[in-house]
Order: sequence, then structure tokens, then C-alpha cells
Amino acid sequence: MAIKERMSGNEAVAYAIRQVNPDVMPAFPITPSTEIPQMVSTYIANGEMDTEFIPVESEHSSMSAAIGAEAAGARSLTATSSAGLALMWEELLLAASNRMPLALTLVNRTLSGPININCDHSDGMGARDTGWIQIYAENNQEAYDNFIQAYPIAEDARVHLPIMVCQDGFITSHAVENIELLEDELVKDFVGEYEPEEYLLNPGKPIAVGPYSISNYAMEAKKNQEIALENSKEVILEVAEKFKKLSGRGFGLFEEYRTEDADYIMLLMGSAAGTAKQAVDEMREQGKKVGVLKLRVFRPFPAKEIAEALKNCKAVAILDRCESYNGNGGPLGSEVTAGLFRYKVMIEAVNYIYGLAGRDFTVSDAVHVFEELADAVENGKEVEQFQYIRLR
Amino acid sequence: MKNGIEIRWHGRGGQGAKTAALLLADVAFKTGQNVQGFPEYGPERMGAPITAYNRISSDKIRVHSNIYHPDYVVVVDETLLASVDVTAGLKKTGAIIINTPKSKEEVMDELGGYEGRVYTVDARKISVETLGKNFPNSPMLAAAVAVSDIMPRDKFIHEMRASYEHKFAKKPEVIDGNMKALERAYDVVEEAIEEYNQMSA
Repeated sequence: MAIKERMSGNEAVAYAIRQVNPDVMPAFPITPSTEIPQMVSTYIANGEMDTEFIPVESEHSSMSAAIGAEAAGARSLTATSSAGLALMWEELLLAASNRMPLALTLVNRTLSGPININCDHSDGMGARDTGWIQIYAENNQEAYDNFIQAYPIAEDARVHLPIMVCQDGFITSHAVENIELLEDELVKDFVGEYEPEEYLLNPGKPIAVGPYSISNYAMEAKKNQEIALENSKEVILEVAEKFKKLSGRGFGLFEEYRTEDADYIMLLMGSAAGTAKQAVDEMREQGKKVGVLKLRVFRPFPAKEIAEALKNCKAVAILDRCESYNGNGGPLGSEVTAGLFRYKVMIEAVNYIYGLAGRDFTVSDAVHVFEELADAVENGKEVEQFQYIRLR
Repeated sequence: MKNGIEIRWHGRGGQGAKTAALLLADVAFKTGQNVQGFPEYGPERMGAPITAYNRISSDKIRVHSNIYHPDYVVVVDETLLASVDVTAGLKKTGAIIINTPKSKEEVMDELGGYEGRVYTVDARKISVETLGKNFPNSPMLAAAVAVSDIMPRDKFIHEMRASYEHKFAKKPEVIDGNMKALERAYDVVEEAIEEYNQMSA
């Protein structure tokens, strides 16, 4: 029986962490993710979980301590946002290359400057090539569900990689919404006990973690890491299938919303996908064939699957909540269009930047984007291929 | 979301406008509704203007933007009337509720020609008399529930007592004062609503 509740995205993730009860959580506070370690330490103080909580002096240390704990054989996690993730950068690479299946709950917030506490995806996108699995959530429910699926994905023997479970700062982290929770026992059974094959505190089977490697071997180590990330795709789908049996809620690499006969598709990630779906419903009532492709798994990047999903539409709008400062588009825009080219899907593709540093994205913004795509295809109007939404 | 209402709260950091929006989401959830309650932060400091929002609907709520065409606006701090366009986008069929000792007629000049219903509540006075301190959010929450008619008075009062008993488990002495603040503000607004209904009948 699902437990009907209402809570914020941060509360939902903290609740999932309590249910999973990992072994070690080092953390350092930063807005808007601060509530997560705060709530977890309250659960610990109240005796509702027995995770070892380590207050550290920086995010560089929180990620280092999480890696150390994970290497010792403990299921570990931390939480952060924005500059906190940036300060972890070196360790993010170490976590992935040392194949540490730890979890990071990222509450997306823009990077400085100007100093700003609100949402965009520039923190997560900055870590896109660090070798982590990255999963994004539309709302509190998905943030909760994704966290419960995190360790079964990361710890799978085919994967052994760290996983970043992301949600939009303030927009979902601080918004109270309805949610359906699972019973503690169901979550514990689903996630199971962590039984690492190899770990430092195992005198019977000594290993080295993080050694120097000469060029004869280092390239193969990197390729193996890449293969593990490729492997995670099927594991993510298997775990989603099992999770559906448990919860009734299905997940894939992405969600296709009313795309089956759509001429125009909007591709985006995170909370704005809900707003875009509302626009789709309103436009469908007027007979417009529009749909949304909400990307859930950004790493590994499902280029082939996206190309397949877009091949029958006339145009796609790719929305980035991040500026790449390369003069050629945002991260999603670049990767989606590269994928379309590789798999020979030659459709109109326009890259929009939206929602930087908390700039709002509304139903009418989404309608406008769909109308612009239609104008380009049906009336041959020239549309700027890389543009901003709601720029003042 | 086709059915349902949207509410916008204007307050200053530290006054509890965000808390009031979250409490409203809480009580509406208990009546079986789909809810959303969320803040929009400007600068992170006490006294800076903040906005908070509610969506309450029988439909699933998916939109994650701010609210630009609210059914109701609640102003927790009347000094904002001079600096914030509180009636921006407010539906004529809706209402604005303002925390002020002034009468409706006295504040009309500051509402940019708003043609809908206007209610004033002296939440400071109610709060000081019932709680001994100025915590305007409880009375304003009651006023918002009365005007928006989200749930019957009895149900609201019952649910709020349960909420406060949970929230103030370590400070039970403030529960009765908060309940009185809610009831008094609810009754003030209900009276004004009845007056309005008689006038328009």
C-alpha cells in the first residue's frame, strides 16, 4: 500500500536516505541542498537510522571522505549544490575512475557569478565528463524514486560507478507537493545489503586503490571505465523494471509524453518538463501535434535511443538550462544534434537556453517554442538555431 | 491543471509568508487535494520582499512555474503595497487580502485600480492580542482559507489544531493562542464576505 504524503523534494530525498540507511554520510552544507544532511542528521539523532554522519569542513573533504568510506567497503553518500560540486571536481573523477559506487544527491543550482542561489543545471553539466551516472528528476516523486534506484544501479557488478541523483534547486527541492512513499521494509528489500566484492578493510584479499599506472595500462583502465558507463544503460533499465513491480511507477532512459504522432517535440530535463507537458495538453486540445521528450538519464547519454525517438518528427526544440560558453549551444543541444547526425536523423533542431539562475519558464514560454518550430517548418521562417528564452 | 485555485503570497523575509503557504498546502492536502506550496526567494535576508505560491487542485499538478494570474493574493506586510505591484495579474473574479489596520476604502488607492474583492485584516492586532507577539502569518492563513473557501471552517480549525500540536510539540503553551488567532481572523473575514454577498445580492 502506497503511503500518501506531501513533502518537499529535499524532504523526499532525506526520507529515502533514511529508508536506505547507508553506512556513511560525510557532508558540508550549501543552499539549496543543506536541508538534506540537516534532516538526515535529525533522523540519526532521533535513532531512526544509524548512518555514520561526518560533518566535514568543505565539499572537497565530503567527497574525499565518501570515497574513503566507500573504498573501505561502506555504502556512502553525500549531498551538495553549485559551488560545492565545483569544489569536489578532482574527487568526482577519482570516485569514478576508482569505480566507487557511491551516491551524490545533487540539488541543482547555478554557479557563480553573479552570486545566485537559484536553479539551473550548470553545476551538474560541469561534472558531465567526470564519469558519473547522472539522473534528473521532474518532481519530488521522481527525486525519491530515483534515489531508491541509485545503489542497485551503481553497485551492480557490470557498473561499479558513482551515481548523481539530481533535482531542481528550490523549484522541486523546496516545493511541497503530493507524493507516494513506499514502506520502509519494501525499500530495504529492494536496495538490499551492500556486499562489495573487493574492499580495503578485507585482510583476506588485499587490494590497492588509486595507484599510479604507467601508460601501458592507464588507457585500458579508462576504456574499462567507459565500458562500465555503457553497461549501466541496461542496468538502469533492469532496475527500473524491478522498481515498477514494486511501486507501479515506470521509468526509462527518458519519458516520451504524447510523442507517438508528434510533429514537434520539446526535449528537456528536470522540473520544466512538467510545465512543458501542460503546454502539450493545451495545444493538443487545439489539434496541434506536439509532445515532450523528458531526458531522465543524461549519463550515460542515450544518443541512439533519442535519435530513434525523434526520427519521425518534423522538428525538435532542445532546451538547455545551462550555457556552455562555446558560441555553439548548450550541452544538451550539442549532444543531441551530434547524436541525430550520427544516426542520420536529419530534422530541424533548434537549441534554446532557458531558466538560467532561476529565470522562470512558463507554459506560455513552452507554447511559444512549439509555435516557432511550426513556423519554421510550415512557413519556412528562418529561426535562430541557438537562442535564449525570456532574456530581458 | 484545469480545475483549482492559485494563490500568491507577498511578505518580507522572516514574517512567515512561506510558512503560511506551506501550512496551507498541508491543510489542503488533508482534504484530499493535490497541492503545491513553494517560495520564491530574492536576496537571502530578513526583511527583503519574498513571494510564495500555492496551487490547489483536484487534478494532478505538473506546472513548475511561478503564478502570474492568481485567483487570490495575500499581502502579509502592508508596507509592500508601496513598492510591489501586488495586484499584478490578479483575476477580477478573485480577491486580495491585506494585513492592515486600515479599512478597505483606505487602501484602495494603493491597489492600482483593482476591480475585484478587497479584504483587510488587522493581523498584527489579532496576533499581539492572542499570542503576545506579532506573528501575522497564522491570522493571514485563516483569512486566505476563509476567502478562497478551500474547506469548511470546522475542518480547517480541526486540521490546524492537529498541525500545531505536531509543530509545537515542545511548546504546547503557544497552541491555544495560535488557534485563537486563526479563529478570530477567520471570523473577521467571514463577516466581510457576508457583507459583500449581501451588497451584491
